[in-house]
Amino acid sequence: MKPSALPSPTATGRPALEVEGLRVDLHTPSGTVRAVDGVGFGVHKGRTLALLGESGCGKSMTALSIAGLLDPVAEVTGGSVRVSGTELVGLGRAERRKLAGPVLSIVFQDALAALNPVQPVGRQLAEPFRIHRGLSRRQAAEKAVELMTRVGIPEPRLRARSYPHQFSGGMRQRLLIAMAVALDPDVLIADEPTTALDVTVQAQIMRLLRDLQTERDMALVLITHDLAVVARHADDVVVMYAGNVVEAGPVREVFSRPRHPYTRALLDSVPEHAVRGRPLPAVPGSPPELSAVPSGCVFQARCPLADDRCARERPALEPVGASRSAACHFSEELDRG
Amino acid sequence: MSAPDDRTSPAATSPRTRPPRWWRLLGRDRGAAAAAVVLALVFLVALFGRLFLGDRAVRQDLRASLRPPSLDHGFYGLLGTDVLGRSVLARLVDAAATTLSIAVPAVLCSLLIGSALGLWAGYHGGMRENVAMRVADVILSFPSLLIAVVVLYVFTPSAMNIVLILAVARIPVYLRTARAEAAELRSRLFVDAARTFGTPASAIIRRHLLPIALPTLLTVATLDFCFVMLTESSLSFLGIGIQPPEVSWGLMVAQGRQYLQTAWWIAVLPGLAIMLTTVSATVLAAWVRLATDPGQRWRLTLPRKRRGERAAVPPEMIA
Repeated sequence: MKPSALPSPTATGRPALEVEGLRVDLHTPSGTVRAVDGVGFGVHKGRTLALLGESGCGKSMTALSIAGLLDPVAEVTGGSVRVSGTELVGLGRAERRKLAGPVLSIVFQDALAALNPVQPVGRQLAEPFRIHRGLSRRQAAEKAVELMTRVGIPEPRLRARSYPHQFSGGMRQRLLIAMAVALDPDVLIADEPTTALDVTVQAQIMRLLRDLQTERDMALVLITHDLAVVARHADDVVVMYAGNVVEAGPVREVFSRPRHPYTRALLDSVPEHAVRGRPLPAVPGSPPELSAVPSGCVFQARCPLADDRCARERPALEPVGASRSAACHFSEELDRG
Repeated sequence: MSAPDDRTSPAATSPRTRPPRWWRLLGRDRGAAAAAVVLALVFLVALFGRLFLGDRAVRQDLRASLRPPSLDHGFYGLLGTDVLGRSVLARLVDAAATTLSIAVPAVLCSLLIGSALGLWAGYHGGMRENVAMRVADVILSFPSLLIAVVVLYVFTPSAMNIVLILAVARIPVYLRTARAEAAELRSRLFVDAARTFGTPASAIIRRHLLPIALPTLLTVATLDFCFVMLTESSLSFLGIGIQPPEVSWGLMVAQGRQYLQTAWWIAVLPGLAIMLTTVSATVLAAWVRLATDPGQRWRLTLPRKRRGERAAVPPEMIA
């Protein structure tokens, strides 16, 4: 079993969320493919970990399998997910329901779809309290108004009677965040929480998430493909590619001195590096089909450094430095070059 | 109709105000309001009509046989008489109670059982869904009239048995509709979101699936209401439904059929009653569908004249 990718030097004790060797298989009509292959990381309370990667790299799949929301076609086939010390893989429905909310919670990207269109938002926000704390309708409604105030919704008492479609995108995302933190979870997963929002609202939402995180001492897993969000808001980063972790470590170190060619290529394709009049830099090629992931290094087809060895053996995720790890045969050379 | 003034003020359309009261919305839709009045009348007549009737629905007067509708023979002669000289008006009132006391419980039973089973099966899927659907298929594959004939022939054709037969025969309709809705809704993100904070399946079905599926199911139920009334009338026609001297609208149509050429009012008037009731129920169901949908409700608050012209944008988005 692979070591947890992030032995954090600052926090002590067990991480709030520990993922080890997580494997998820997708059963498609054309055969079974592995969407997530041996992903591992850990997040301590009060820390923010970013899962970074392009579309289809398995980051959302990782989040959904942690939350236990996989489609019938997807299946966790190995590894372990521990939240506050409790193993989630293989846990029964009833036990998982007890943990869902007070221990682990998730914020979705599409806030309009994640709210019931025919229920006033106040009643939806009250639902976690009614289910887990057994509060009466009135008490739960009162709690919902408190939450709405906390996440910055003006006139919460009146707005509690409105329906989701009567809110703006940013307000809807606030509602969703309110619902996710309602029961003070230890671990909050945010699946691209700001992707559908414009930049100013994005900043507000991220600030809200960070405030709530410090206030309630949560471990935050931020799933995103936005390098700027990662750089600004995350403590640690896990870079994923084709269902594998290719590099992990503190954001500052990983972004200043990437030890994997994919991380470097991603950082190089930020438009700031562009030269006027020249094409925008981009990572050449596209990620492999999940059904045709090569046997060697997953990134070999797009890697400028690839040689015979990369085609033969897949590099393991090895520690490089105190708190970092990378999965590349050339990580040493990358550091020097 | 109320004047459009109360919606031009911003407060009336602001999403912050309470949704308008349902009776005010009903007042703004003339068709739905008329339908509601008709239905209310039918139900009132069915509930209290017999109190004023005495024995007029069964009292025979052979000298007054087959009188056409006229104003000359007092209130009970208003709609004419049948071949035995019984007042058609009195019989219509009496039959309203019988008909509704069969159709309403039958529809309610099948609506409740079918919807609950369908939502449950559709939400859970897999084995439970298969079993529920196959049971529905089995019920549907028998001609319901045939089951009714067999069962009512073996047992006594009491009102209770008719209700049970009709309810069982119509369960698959709701079961299939509810299952289809639930199967579509269970993959929606807000259901996933509810699961992320540990909502048990029963609460998801009750709070998230039912409110969305209910308007559709109610619409099906009102359509089914007319089907049930007609089935009851065919059972009565076959002689295994309502037994004379009791009378239902369907039975009146059946009995009046042979006099259609000479005394049209005996069959046509109860037919009209059936039609009026079902059309009203359908119109009201369409209105309920709109009024219970928070995304569509604003359409009902628009003044009538401008309803067609306004762009399809909710008022709070214009403001």
